[in-house]
Amino acid sequence: MPDGHMSDTSRRRFLQVTGGAGVGLMVGFTWTGTSRRAEAAAAVAGKAFEPNAFVKVAPDGTVTVLIKHLEMGQGVFTGLTAIVAEEMDADWAQMRAEHAPANAKLYNNTAFGPIQGTGGSTSVYNSWTQLRQAGATARALLVAAAAQTWGVPASDITVSKGVVSSGTHKAGFGELAAKAATLPVPADVPLKDPKNFTLVGTKLPRKDSAEKTTGKAIFAIDVVQPGMLVAVVQRPTRFGAKAQAIDAKAAKAVKGVVEVVEIPRGVAVLATSYWAAHQGREALKVTWDETNAEKRGTDAIIADYKALLPKPGQLVTKEGDVDAVKGAKTLKAEFTFPYLAHAPMEPLTCVVKLGKEGCEIWAGDQFQTIDQMNAAKTAGLKPEQVTIHTVYAGGSFGRRANIESDYIVEGVAIAKALSDTKVQGGKLAGRPVKLIWSREDDIRGGRYRPLYVHGMEAKLGADGSVLAWQHRIVGQSIMAGGPFEQPGKPDATSVEGAAEIPYTIPNRLVDLHTTTSPVPVLWWRSVGSTHTAFAVETFLDELAAEAKQDPVAFRRKLMEKHPRHLAVLNLAVEKAEWTKPLPKGWARGVAVAESFRSVVAHVAEVSQDDKGRIKVERVVCAVDCGIAVTPDVVKAQMEGGIGYGLGAIMYGAITMKDGVVDQSNFDTYRCLRIDEMPKVEVHIVPSANPPTGVGEPGVPPLGPAVANAIAALTGKRIRDLPFAGSVSV
Amino acid sequence: MPPIKLTLNGKPWSVDADPDMPLLWAVREIAGKTGSKFGCGAAQCGACTMHVDGQPVRACSTPIGSIAGSKVTTIEGIEGKVAKAVQDAWVKLDVVQCGYCQSGQIMSAVALLTDNAKPTDQDIDSAMSGNLCRCSTYVRIRAAIHEAAKALEI
Repeated sequence: MPDGHMSDTSRRRFLQVTGGAGVGLMVGFTWTGTSRRAEAAAAVAGKAFEPNAFVKVAPDGTVTVLIKHLEMGQGVFTGLTAIVAEEMDADWAQMRAEHAPANAKLYNNTAFGPIQGTGGSTSVYNSWTQLRQAGATARALLVAAAAQTWGVPASDITVSKGVVSSGTHKAGFGELAAKAATLPVPADVPLKDPKNFTLVGTKLPRKDSAEKTTGKAIFAIDVVQPGMLVAVVQRPTRFGAKAQAIDAKAAKAVKGVVEVVEIPRGVAVLATSYWAAHQGREALKVTWDETNAEKRGTDAIIADYKALLPKPGQLVTKEGDVDAVKGAKTLKAEFTFPYLAHAPMEPLTCVVKLGKEGCEIWAGDQFQTIDQMNAAKTAGLKPEQVTIHTVYAGGSFGRRANIESDYIVEGVAIAKALSDTKVQGGKLAGRPVKLIWSREDDIRGGRYRPLYVHGMEAKLGADGSVLAWQHRIVGQSIMAGGPFEQPGKPDATSVEGAAEIPYTIPNRLVDLHTTTSPVPVLWWRSVGSTHTAFAVETFLDELAAEAKQDPVAFRRKLMEKHPRHLAVLNLAVEKAEWTKPLPKGWARGVAVAESFRSVVAHVAEVSQDDKGRIKVERVVCAVDCGIAVTPDVVKAQMEGGIGYGLGAIMYGAITMKDGVVDQSNFDTYRCLRIDEMPKVEVHIVPSANPPTGVGEPGVPPLGPAVANAIAALTGKRIRDLPFAGSVSV
Repeated sequence: MPPIKLTLNGKPWSVDADPDMPLLWAVREIAGKTGSKFGCGAAQCGACTMHVDGQPVRACSTPIGSIAGSKVTTIEGIEGKVAKAVQDAWVKLDVVQCGYCQSGQIMSAVALLTDNAKPTDQDIDSAMSGNLCRCSTYVRIRAAIHEAAKALEI
C-alpha cells in the first residue's frame, strides 16, 4: 500500500477543523452530499458534544469515536478507540466505535496525503497523534465545563475512568457534554506523558466481538434497501477480453431475472434474488473479443521472466561493486512466486443507489476517496455527490482497495445502465442494486499478488563473510497507472524488503525488470515483502549453511548496525529456546523482516512424519511495532499473519493455461485450515516509540522461517512457491 | 408449487421458493436473517453453517426442498447453555477479527460441544476443519472451545 509522510497541509487542515471551530462545535460535521448523520447531529444539537470530527459525547455519557479507517478484522475499532479513550481518561466500557463518513477533508489518511483509505498498515501509525489530540481536546473541554459549573480552577479537576471530579464534585462526561459544547475549542492541548497511560498498552476487549459472535454485525452483503435488485456479472474468462455478442434470451427466461445489461467490465444479470441472478448467469451466452487478452499460461510467463534474469534491470540499489569482488565461493539461486488471490471470506459486494442528484454506496470500503472519484466518473456525478456508507468488511488483505475501484465501479455501472430509458423504458431507474461476486468470481477475477521471478547471487569469503550480494527481481508493477506511481522510478513496492536489508554487506546490487500483462495485479497483505523477504531470508540461510555457521549467529554478525532488528531476532530465538534440542524428526528455522516500519522475527518448528509429510508445529514470534496500543490485537494480527502466510506458501497459487485461470473455489485455491494451524506464541518488544504497523508485518518472515526449518530438517531448499510443489505437505 | 414448510429458529416457516434454492439464500433473502454468510456456494468454507435437526449443515449447498419439515436453527436462533458458553468464550478470548466466518464457526463449535463435552485439540481440528477463516483465528478458536468446555463442566 502507498505510504508517505503526514504533510504539513494535512496537519494544518486537521488543526483548522479541530482548533478553529470557535463556537461552531459541529464544524467537523459539515460536508456536502446527503448525510443522515448531519441530520442526526442537527437533531441533537445542544445535547450531544462533538468537539471535533473524531469524538462525540452523548448525553448518556457514551463516547463514540468516528473511525476513518475500514474495520476489516485488523482491529481499528479497538485500537483507534483506545487512543481517544486514553487521552480522555475515559472508561473503556463507555467507548463506542463507528465508521466515519467518506470525507477526505476530515478523514484523509495522513500517510497517503489527501486520500481517505486504509492500507499499508498505517491506521494506528497515521492516527496516533491526530486521535491523541482529538481525545485530549475533548477532555480539556469537559474539564473546562466542569470548572465553570463548579466554580473551581481547571487545575483542581481530575478525570479518571470517565468521571470528572474535584473535591466533592463529581460528574460523568454526559452530564458535562451540553456545557462543553458551548465552550471555545482550545488550540493547543498538551498530550499525556506515555508513562501515565492506563489503557494504551493494556489488554482491552475488542469493540466488535459481541456483534460478530451473534450474527448481528452488518457487512455489505447484509445491506438491504427497498426495491433492491441483486446483480451478478459475467466477466471474460481471459483477462483483457471484451464482450462481443450477448444472447440473454435464456437468462431472461429464468424466474426472478429482471434484466440483463452490458457494462464495461462484463454483462450483468439482475434479479429479485441472488439465486435467480446466479441461475440467470448460468443461462447467459456471451461471446468475447479476445484480441487484447492475455493468452499466455503462467508457465509461459515464468519462462519469459526467467529469460530476463541474465540481463541487467533498472537499478534500485548499488553499494560498492559486486563485479569487482572475487569470492572464495559463489552461490546462485532462482526463485518463482506465483500469482496469489486475496480470497477474503466475504466476496466483493456493494450496494448502490443511484439517483439524479447523487449516489449512495454501501461497502466494506477501503479506499473511500478513490472510490468516490471513480463512482462519480462512472455515474456522471461530482465526487462530492457520492456518499459512501462504510460497513464492516469480511476481510480484505488489500483486495478492496484498488485504484480502479473495480467492484464499486461495476455496481455503479449497473445502476447507471438501469437509468437508461432504453432499458424497460427507464422503469428500473433508481432501483438499488446489490452486486455480489461469487467465490469463483473472486478467485478468477484478477488483481492478484503479481507473479515474480527472482535471481540471486552471492560471493562468500574464505572465512564465510558475505562479500557481495546481487538481487534481481522480475515482475509486474502494482503502482503503474495509479496515483501512487512515480514515473521513471522503479516501483518501490516491487523491491521493498530487497532494496534495503538489515544486513551489512559491502557490495550490493539490486535491480528490477518491470513487466506488463493484462492480468490485473494488486497489493496483497505485506505487498513486496511477500516475496522479497522469502528470497532474502532463505538465501541468507543458504549462505550461513555454506559458511557452516549457525543461522542466528550468522545473522547477528551481519545485523550489528541494525540494533532494532537484532533485538527482535534475539527475543524470538530466546523465547523459542533456539539451542534446545527438539524431538527426532523436528527442526527449527528463523527469519526476520521489516515491513511497514515494524520488525518481526519468527522461529518456526517443523516436523516430518514417516510418510514424509511436513507439518508446521509451532511458531514463536517477536515483534517491534513501537508502542503496542492494544497488545492483544497486535498478537491477533501476528497469529493471523502467520496463518495467512502459511496457507499461501504451502498451497497458494493462481495458475493459468492459455490465459484461463485454473482455480475457481477453495477446493482448488487451497487456504489454511484449522488442522494445519501451528501453535503460536507472540512476544512484543517493549517500546516507547510511536506505534507502527501490525496488519501486514506478521506475514513476510513466516514463509522463509518455515522454508529454513524444512531445509534444516530435509536438506531441501525450496525456491519455487508454493511448497506443495516441492515437499509433501 | 405449494410452499415448503419448515421450522426456523423455533417458529413455523412457510417458504414460497424454488425447491432447488439453497437454504442459505432462503434464510438470508426470504426470511431476512443475514447472520449466516455466503463464502463459497460449494460447501467448501462453512461460513453458511446452520443446524438442521440439530446437525451442522452447509446451507449454501442444501436445497430448501430437500429439508421440508426440518427444524432449522441459525446463529440468530441458537440458545441453551452450550451456545451461551461458546459465545461467551468467543467474546472472552476475542476470537473474531473480520468476523465474517464466525457465525459458521460458532454453529460448528456448538454442534461439536453438544456431541463431545471435552474435545481434544485433535477433535477440534477434525470437527472444525470444514470452517475456513482467512483471518486465521484458529489459535483462538481452539482455545475458546476448550474454554467453553471448561465453563460447561461447572
